[in-house]
Amino acid sequence: MNDTSTLEIPASSQPAGPRAAEKTMTTLTEHVVEVISDSGEGAQRCGQSLGAIAARMGNGIWTVEIIPAEIQPPARSIAGASGNRVRIGSKPVSNGGDEADLVVAFNEQVLLGRVRAGELKPGCIILLESMWREDRDPKIAASYADVHRQLVAEGYRVHEIPMERECRPLAADPRRGKNMFVLGMLCNLYSLDLQLARDQIALAFRKKDQKIVRANVALLEAGHQFAEAHLEFKFRIPATLATVPQIVVNGNTALALGVLASGMEICAMYPITPATSVSHYLSDVFEKVGGVVHQAEDEIAACTFAIGASYAGKCAVTVTSGPGYSLKQEAIGLAVMGEIPLVVINVQRGGPSTGQPTKAEQGDLFSAMFGSHGDAPKVVMAASTIEDCFYSVITARKIAETFNMVVVVLSDTNLATSQQPFPRPQFSEDWLAPPVDQSAVPVGAKPYDWDAATGLARRFIPGQPNGMHTLTGLAHDRASRVAYDPETNEEALHCRSLKLAALQKTLKTPPVFGDPEGDLLVVGWGSTQGTIEEAVTRLRAEGRKVSALHLRFLQPLPAGIKDILQRFKRVMTIEGNWCDRPEDAIIDESNRRYSAVAMLLRARYLVDVDCWSEVRGEPIKPGTIYRVLRARLDQKQEPKK
Amino acid sequence: MNMHATECLLRLYDEQPDLEKYQGGVPRWCVGCGDNAILAAVQRLCRNERLRAEKTVFVSGIGCSSRLPHYMKTYGFHGIHGRALPIAEGIKMARPDLDVFVATGDGDCCSIGAAHWIHAIRYNMNMTVLLHDNQIYGLTKMQASPTSPRGLRSNTTPRGAYLEPLNPLTVTLGVQNVSFVAQAVDWIPEVLYDIIAQAFHHKGLSFVRIMQRCPEWLPHQLEPWLNDPARILLLNHPNGIQVSPSLAKVYKNQQAHDPANIDRAREVASGSDPIPVGILYRNPAVPLYENLRHAGQPRTTEFIKSGLEAEFDKFTVWPQEADPKPRQGAMRAARRATTAGS
Repeated sequence: MNDTSTLEIPASSQPAGPRAAEKTMTTLTEHVVEVISDSGEGAQRCGQSLGAIAARMGNGIWTVEIIPAEIQPPARSIAGASGNRVRIGSKPVSNGGDEADLVVAFNEQVLLGRVRAGELKPGCIILLESMWREDRDPKIAASYADVHRQLVAEGYRVHEIPMERECRPLAADPRRGKNMFVLGMLCNLYSLDLQLARDQIALAFRKKDQKIVRANVALLEAGHQFAEAHLEFKFRIPATLATVPQIVVNGNTALALGVLASGMEICAMYPITPATSVSHYLSDVFEKVGGVVHQAEDEIAACTFAIGASYAGKCAVTVTSGPGYSLKQEAIGLAVMGEIPLVVINVQRGGPSTGQPTKAEQGDLFSAMFGSHGDAPKVVMAASTIEDCFYSVITARKIAETFNMVVVVLSDTNLATSQQPFPRPQFSEDWLAPPVDQSAVPVGAKPYDWDAATGLARRFIPGQPNGMHTLTGLAHDRASRVAYDPETNEEALHCRSLKLAALQKTLKTPPVFGDPEGDLLVVGWGSTQGTIEEAVTRLRAEGRKVSALHLRFLQPLPAGIKDILQRFKRVMTIEGNWCDRPEDAIIDESNRRYSAVAMLLRARYLVDVDCWSEVRGEPIKPGTIYRVLRARLDQKQEPKK
Repeated sequence: MNMHATECLLRLYDEQPDLEKYQGGVPRWCVGCGDNAILAAVQRLCRNERLRAEKTVFVSGIGCSSRLPHYMKTYGFHGIHGRALPIAEGIKMARPDLDVFVATGDGDCCSIGAAHWIHAIRYNMNMTVLLHDNQIYGLTKMQASPTSPRGLRSNTTPRGAYLEPLNPLTVTLGVQNVSFVAQAVDWIPEVLYDIIAQAFHHKGLSFVRIMQRCPEWLPHQLEPWLNDPARILLLNHPNGIQVSPSLAKVYKNQQAHDPANIDRAREVASGSDPIPVGILYRNPAVPLYENLRHAGQPRTTEFIKSGLEAEFDKFTVWPQEADPKPRQGAMRAARRATTAGS
């Protein structure tokens, strides 16, 4: 490998470019940048690193993975775009934003995929790998020329860049080294500190040999110099220097850190997209703090293993996504019946069935709330930000053990693969589970001695003298004896249900974002918080009387929500799960299927709640929500039915 | 079993507990049901081993057999159909200090829970698994099970079962990490007890298939073997079971079988008439999954905190002007690497 200090771009490869003096420097409040390639070319790492460097600069960032559904889709295919979107802002950023302002593409086909998906802003800057123009395969060369011509005609500002050629003197496999070259270009374009970039590379390759770190730094610097020498523009996104340490992780890592911080000791799982990366990370680190990640033989085993572990010790956790959640349903019923604390994390994906494993959807709320069989009350929370992923697990563990209940934590693909900085948490002993109670139980005490007011009973754990009983999924009395008599059955159902009410009494009313009253209240849940609030902020800046309410607890719903709903002329939800479109000819009030939370609010509060949803598998864009809400605000109030 | 000195002392002064100490509710099984024999054997075992009731857990799935925990005065977990094994594994992983027993039936283990059965053998956690095999679904009223013999008439096979029965012994012996396999019949209590006791003492997952009678649905199914002792093949060995002289008078069909010999164990297991009874295979050297995973190690708050802070460090973006101390070694090393040549 070349020594970085002697690096020079070969004269032959330098097209006639503008001199540095002719460069334009534009100051921006934010930009959305995409880096896309074939799978395996490293665009993901490039984008993630860009995000991390910008975060180190003090910028607000949100990174989103662009993932093809297959592990190795055919090279140069429209559906094969793999990479990362990075939204960089002067201020904190809460979502992936709207269409891209600048795209770096490793070939024209993956770029075409993004163009067709409507992911580029009109006039978007494109940095396109130019080597295809002279490809030996005339078809490829023709395709490249064709797409290039088309994009230029459509008004995109296309810059052809010989990325691979520039990398060739520096990397044994320039195809794989390109990503760091691109990172260097982007650091130059966005005026990011090159030393921070070098640090970031060292961090990203910390498990690799120093030679590899040096090689990548060389590529980074080459990219930086290339952009400096050949591109006529530069941007600056002024950052507000962070005053507190920030953590930069994606939602799945945040969930895993939450498991670590909750003091739980056992996580049982079965591989499933997109939840698996929670366990990847946890498998790497959990043992260091005395935990165990058990990869079970199937989803059912993962859930029942966690139930067994919870029953005999501290609350355990199982992590899954939609289809896996369905498989766990019977076991979840057992945990409800036996009043065994359990945390179930469901990182939702597109469904039903195998659906869209790598795509975002909020489709599992009702299966989380009402799943299993019979009356199986359980707590359902939804994480709304990356930071919330971390704290939700800690809260869930605490609730599970306080109320001896199943607590479902919903996340989704959007949070799972996105990164956003949040203040480094300050460790608190309160996060941790208490030691397993092994003290003797008073003679004659009963394992289900339900409190008449709250339904709560003390849990007896194996090892506790005098506490011996057989926990059963059958209907049982206070002594855990099988009981089929009507009175006992009703009493047990009653008490298990009361626990939800008891929890509800401890929950705070969620705050309203914006004014406490107005023309329109937008209710959301889960990963859409940042997006909805951004859209609402834009409308409020235009003088619109719109506010937002975001729900973290879906079951039970905190008190005070009805009062909030009633202070607005209209209420609607924005959700990532299907609702029938009122404009369809055969859809009317008598048959319209509402989105989950809209249906929930209507049923609970007898308030007219409309909904709008998008199930394209992509995170909903703030601009889209903005347009939907504006149209709704412009609508004449419908006559009361 | 490792014991603290105080526990040893306790044992010294403890009187032999009576069976009642381990007896829970009155069994609701049918008169003549083989489950009763198994229950009697495990209660005797608890008493003879002086197991601490609060440190003993009986786990089961669903079916007639799975009622067993209700009749023990220990901790019990009567779970859901087919899932006794993963529940028991979770218990053992969280609490290696507990003695764990699993009661499961031929439907529970070999049909709906078959995946867990295979993998439980692979995990080889230290627990005793009792397969109550009566060749029929009893609780749901007489449907063919995977171990029902071909031709058996049941409510779901009125013209006779179509398939040859699954052999739980050969299946178990075919799985990597198998460490203890035995077979007993409910009508020879002495051998049943001896096998369960040895299974209990084995360090690993001990799998005991117990051929048991179902007087309600298959009252005559095992009669030919019950009535003709020659159709029982007793496997004896110094490392297996030793047949008492009185028993040997009745059961003359005996064979020496070394439980260390897995090839021979597989051969013996594949025979169904005569029914082999004894310890087919034992290998105490197979590692325990809970040991491989270091289950049950004590954790202090400080330990968790330092682990968590180390993870936070990996992902922390420090304010630029802040004390550079928390910056990581990796990064400093990288700086050295990237500036070395300049």
